[in-house]
Amino acid sequence: MSTPLLEITGLGAGYGQSRVLWDIDLALAPGEVLALIGRNGVGKTTLLSAIAGSRPLSAGTLRLGGEDITTLSPHRRARAGIGLVPQGRHVFPQLSVMENLQAGLSALGPRARQAKVPQHIFDLFPKLWDIRDRAAGFLSGGEQQQLAIGRALAGEPRLLLLDEPTEGIQPNVVQQIEQALTHVRRELGMTILVVEQYLDFVWRFATRYAAMQNGRIVRTGSIAGESAADVAHLVHI
Amino acid sequence: MSGILVATQLFNGLSLASIYLLAALGLALSFGLMRVINMAHGELLMLGGYFAWGTLGLVPGPLGILVALPVAFLGSAAVGAVIETTLIRRLSARPLDTLLGTWGVSLILQQAARDLFGAIGVEVRAPDWLSGAWTLGGVTLPSARLFIMLVALAVLGALALLLRRSRLGLLVRAVNQDRMMASACGIDAGRVDLAVFCLGSGIAGMAGVMLALLGPVTPNVGQGYIVPAFLVVVMGGLGSILGTTVAALILGLFLALSQIFVDVSIAQMLMLVFVIVFIQFRPQGVAPARTRALDA
Repeated sequence: MSTPLLEITGLGAGYGQSRVLWDIDLALAPGEVLALIGRNGVGKTTLLSAIAGSRPLSAGTLRLGGEDITTLSPHRRARAGIGLVPQGRHVFPQLSVMENLQAGLSALGPRARQAKVPQHIFDLFPKLWDIRDRAAGFLSGGEQQQLAIGRALAGEPRLLLLDEPTEGIQPNVVQQIEQALTHVRRELGMTILVVEQYLDFVWRFATRYAAMQNGRIVRTGSIAGESAADVAHLVHI
Repeated sequence: MSGILVATQLFNGLSLASIYLLAALGLALSFGLMRVINMAHGELLMLGGYFAWGTLGLVPGPLGILVALPVAFLGSAAVGAVIETTLIRRLSARPLDTLLGTWGVSLILQQAARDLFGAIGVEVRAPDWLSGAWTLGGVTLPSARLFIMLVALAVLGALALLLRRSRLGLLVRAVNQDRMMASACGIDAGRVDLAVFCLGSGIAGMAGVMLALLGPVTPNVGQGYIVPAFLVVVMGGLGSILGTTVAALILGLFLALSQIFVDVSIAQMLMLVFVIVFIQFRPQGVAPARTRALDA
């Protein structure tokens, strides 16, 4: 097997004294789309934060493309190729849509100064071009979600981390986001780790799933081999 | 109450407001972005005054003061860089520690200036083109004060342009609005902090040059301006450039216009009461909520 793009070994993390994640082992091959599923509070978001660097690890190591990134600060991890679309989207509310995307270019490192927001982001989300001068804080949830994904893509990540991309979003926008992510996977060959409770949505474009319970990964499998309903039943979602 | 008196005090109020603004902008920047209460800010003003004195010693002549402005900007910014990297960065997890730490820096800088330049202070002679005065309808407008207003306007304009239009300004606003997310986008928030602190320190240095035009530069000249500068920042709505500007105007005009009726120490007391009452009714300051961030 080729070097995994992301390799997590024995990862533990928590908040102060309370441990939230235990012995997480997980590897993502290049181009793979892994759905991280489980009920509220099992540690899915904490795991994404630990990978992105906003939550320190208490144990274990992280490798990106074979390189140890365990001790890198969050902005260095972003520059190493990790793009984050966090829960609640976290667009910069008083920056315009265009400025949000320009902030996303920072992950390119020194190249960011000359870089322009690539056209393919507006091809993916035409709405963002129409509203490019609006303050991001005034956008609808769906528009903010598209912006957050576009902002992460502007940094040309190797690994895209998505936290509940369908949360609180109208069905027609969900469909658009699904198409965009499918495009990103097929055309850009991007590796994606997506946290999602809406299994029918991820089942349409993910390749593998990992289910969490009480801070541990309890089951992994291939999307093609199992139905969303069966897995949901097995892991009590 | 004559019209000329009111007009004179209006002018004095605007002049005072421009000094308050120059003194407060740097504080507003570092507080707005880093939540750092920089007690050494007054000493960065003081340093600017000494930079002006030193520059005019080396470059006499009418344009020395125009050379002193960039020299003081760079000099104070460099001192700010040292303070940020050696102290503030290491204490930033606990805001109260930075308050105490920078207070220590303030004392050290004051004593250093006393040892180096003497306790009495030094005199900066304004060039001839700044010593005169204009008269407009019976109101005397000293050139030095007009010059200070111009510099304050120019600094404000340049700062607004920097924050609104430059790449650095974009990064500063992003870090200010969501530090965690800015880091996740690849922005080095620590470097942005350093740049902002240097910028604020540099503006304080230029404010110090302006103070040198108004009176002698002494080791504790900054102390006289730090309290009004803090009042302006608090009233302006912690960290907003627009709010800081409006608050400087309100306080400058309040102080000058109240002196039509009362003497200067009563006027200062009234100003304090005014700020306290104002904050009771509008704790968020003059800036509207939407533009509270480091916006122009």
